[in-house]
Amino acid sequence: MENWSLFSLCVLLGLTSRWAVSFHSYSGAGKPPMFGDYEAQRHWQEVTYNLPVHEWYFNTTNNDLNYWGLDYPPLTAYHSLVCAYVAKLLNPEWVELHASRGYESHSHKLFMRATVLFTDILIYIPAVLLYCFYFCDGSSKQKVATALCILLYPGLILIDYGHFQYNSVSLGLALWGILGLGLGWDLFGSLAFTLALNYKQMELYHSLPFFCYLLGKCIKQGLIGRGFFQLAKISLTVLVTFALCWMPFLSDPKQPLQVLHRLFPFGRGLFEDKVANTWCSLNVLIKIKTLLSRETQLFLSFALTLLFILPSSLKLLSKPNLWQFKLALVNSSLAFFLFSFQVHEKSILLAAFMLPLLVKDGLLLPYVVTSLAFLFLSLYLLSALERSTEEELRLGLYRKLTRHWLPKLNLSRIIKWKFWFSLVAMAALSFTSVWLEPPAKFPDLFPVLVSILSFLHFLGFIIYFNLVQLMEPQRKKSQKKTN
Amino acid sequence: MAAPVTNDQSWFFALALGVSFLKCLLINAYHSTDFEVHRNWLALTHSLPAAQWYYEATSEWTLDYPPLFAWFEYGLSHIARFFDKEMLVVQNLNYASPATILFQRLSVIVADVVFFYAVKECCKCLREDKGKYLLGKPSFILTVLLLWNFGLIIVDHIHFQYNGFLFGVLLLSIARHFQNRHFEGALLFSILLNLKHIYLYIAPAYGIYLLRCFCFTQSNADGSLQWRSFSVVRLVTLGTIVLSTFSVSFGPFIALGQLPQASMTGGLVQEFQHSVLPSVSPLATLVCTVLSILPALFRIWHRPNGARGFLRCLVICALGSFMFGWHVHEKAILMAILPLSLLAVESREDARIFLILSITGHYSLFPLLFTTQELPIKILLLLLFTIFSLTSLKTLFRKGGALLNPLEATYLLGLIPLELICEFVYPLTVWQKTFPFLPLMLTSIYCALGVTYAFIRLYISLLTCSDSTKKIKTQ
Repeated sequence: MENWSLFSLCVLLGLTSRWAVSFHSYSGAGKPPMFGDYEAQRHWQEVTYNLPVHEWYFNTTNNDLNYWGLDYPPLTAYHSLVCAYVAKLLNPEWVELHASRGYESHSHKLFMRATVLFTDILIYIPAVLLYCFYFCDGSSKQKVATALCILLYPGLILIDYGHFQYNSVSLGLALWGILGLGLGWDLFGSLAFTLALNYKQMELYHSLPFFCYLLGKCIKQGLIGRGFFQLAKISLTVLVTFALCWMPFLSDPKQPLQVLHRLFPFGRGLFEDKVANTWCSLNVLIKIKTLLSRETQLFLSFALTLLFILPSSLKLLSKPNLWQFKLALVNSSLAFFLFSFQVHEKSILLAAFMLPLLVKDGLLLPYVVTSLAFLFLSLYLLSALERSTEEELRLGLYRKLTRHWLPKLNLSRIIKWKFWFSLVAMAALSFTSVWLEPPAKFPDLFPVLVSILSFLHFLGFIIYFNLVQLMEPQRKKSQKKTN
Repeated sequence: MAAPVTNDQSWFFALALGVSFLKCLLINAYHSTDFEVHRNWLALTHSLPAAQWYYEATSEWTLDYPPLFAWFEYGLSHIARFFDKEMLVVQNLNYASPATILFQRLSVIVADVVFFYAVKECCKCLREDKGKYLLGKPSFILTVLLLWNFGLIIVDHIHFQYNGFLFGVLLLSIARHFQNRHFEGALLFSILLNLKHIYLYIAPAYGIYLLRCFCFTQSNADGSLQWRSFSVVRLVTLGTIVLSTFSVSFGPFIALGQLPQASMTGGLVQEFQHSVLPSVSPLATLVCTVLSILPALFRIWHRPNGARGFLRCLVICALGSFMFGWHVHEKAILMAILPLSLLAVESREDARIFLILSITGHYSLFPLLFTTQELPIKILLLLLFTIFSLTSLKTLFRKGGALLNPLEATYLLGLIPLELICEFVYPLTVWQKTFPFLPLMLTSIYCALGVTYAFIRLYISLLTCSDSTKKIKTQ
């Protein structure tokens, strides 16, 4: 069967599961007075449509920042404005200033879901297809299998089409950035990533690898001569893009400051809710939230984040190729997730670990189905378990470390057992979270357990990926694509 | 990266699991009044003694399937108890709590296991199953065409019915006939008739085939009938199987003197008086149906072509009754499409007919899902099935030029503007209020062209195909 038909079947399956998930509930459905992220997005359409630009991020009589004030960069606001224009055409009640607060109806839900689908088709899905086509190793069947697995990734589907957000826009733009860099179109890649950054400040997690990769490339081309020109062109692209995005806010110096204040709410504390990162998990044993002052917390989180991203970034700077770049992206985002300030669980976009959030949203059924499907599909199509010999798992380093005192350890078998154990633990926790009542003394027992389990996994991953990036020689296959 | 490790049968399991996941995601989709119909039947079989099943009329959806299906609902109701007891109260009309929806949807998904088994058996009946790689193997293509059939998913898992389960029994019966296990095939078909009486339309194909090919144990060298090889034993055994199945099913009701009630509930509808064209009576439709399938029956009596001829005749009976029958539901097109899938992966001409019939027939199911929310789903799923069937059958029969001639391709492509007009453009025009049924009429007429064309081509292929005793032509 031809490639185009296989790829289109993948896209159709991905779109079908997305839309089918959208039948279910959304965040804050039927829960006045605050509702949830769905209402936040609707509210932003209302605010951007009805109020002038200089009032969007400020607390005014018409714009109560306590009720879902804008806390994403300007591109999100512009996107909301465009959606609001369409909403106004279909039903003005949806974006009526003040009067439309808490508006919920079947047709409105269809409209909101349709906006997510539209941007997904426009930005994210083409990026995934191009990525799989150009940057995946293996036969065309394997590329299709990878595309299918990525498109059926539960985390993104559940958050965007269930809980309700527009992560596909920022992730899609970031992916276009990676594509640009991979194809050697540095300017295009920088442009795309800057747009991603201006859509959601969460993309800062990926910014350091982009920076180090491009800087490293320019240095390699010689800082006097071609490299310098390249650096200048890239910087100009980034600055111009930023300027264009922030243009309406540059007239008054108070504006950008206020926007930044909304984007980085240091006043909200080290963490909120139960998040699978270090601070939340540590808080179980040592109450750091109350023990340390806010300044100390800020400093500690900054220091640890820096500590964990520095090795990977420096390595990338010295060896700017695609393989290092991809690993650095993983390491950087993991580091930020684990150690930075005010992290939300959505930042990780990994299905199982957002369980409490999804159950709260009434999305248990899609969560179970999509996670099982994804798991089964990845195992089946990508033969994850068959290829887990030691060499393929790059366990060489671990082998060297443990050779001294545990020579008889069959590491690949241990990993396999650990994988099944993790799955069982996740399934058990899912089951207990939904069906069992927590003991009265620890009402948050299950979400906390989920967070801690996830945190331990992430810690393991960040160590593993850092070691892979820093120690192992790059794979021979990707040498063809370096530039 | 190593190639995906696929042992011989794991792909079947993967496809079955995949489609089940999709069905689970559709649990919250729109469901039609058929949902309430089945809930009502669960309630009345559970709460009332069998003697009252066909008399209970609290709800407008009285029991109008044969007794075996009623017993099936009775069995289900015992599991329903654990989900939500309230659904089993007859007076709870239109009761649709989340637990009820979950249970009913899951019961359809689980009952599809019968269908999975039947598909597996059908794959074993294929004449040859060689392919360069997995995606080109006839058994793989057949499995996807059946398991992921658009019509079944839409009708069963959104609109709500138990067709997967019933078609599983039908396909299994067909598979048994292919495997020369005719007694089992006959038994399965008798059970099927007692589950849903609509399969009566294809009973003539069964009757003629079994009489001709099974009761007459041998044919002459040129394929004609050898009267002396008639086996009374086989006829009597077949008769016993059929009669005993019917007696198990209808027996209790005959004993209670309820036979007229049970048989009356065949869904007789009042006659319509048409305003422009002449009105049609039920008798006229019966005559037309019988006339349309008679040539096919004669053909397989005169020159049977083994199990494949029987299958072709079965599809023709299903199509004939679809085209000329009384009070036919658009879902009945599935009775023709699903069995035809078996022939489609083996012969080029059948693949062509299948493509036209399935794409047109599936499109004709669109009006069943008229809600805006389901619009993307039905378009995406139809595209999925159509692209797969087109490309896989094209690849399977790539020797010998294009599968569809330009006229056929244009007709199929014409479905796209038709859909755009009917569902996107027309509702925005002023005629939507004055002539709201115009899009439906356009859809029906357009699809009727395709179905009729497929019917004629199928007839031609049946009447011109050579005997199975001679070399088999796959052209």
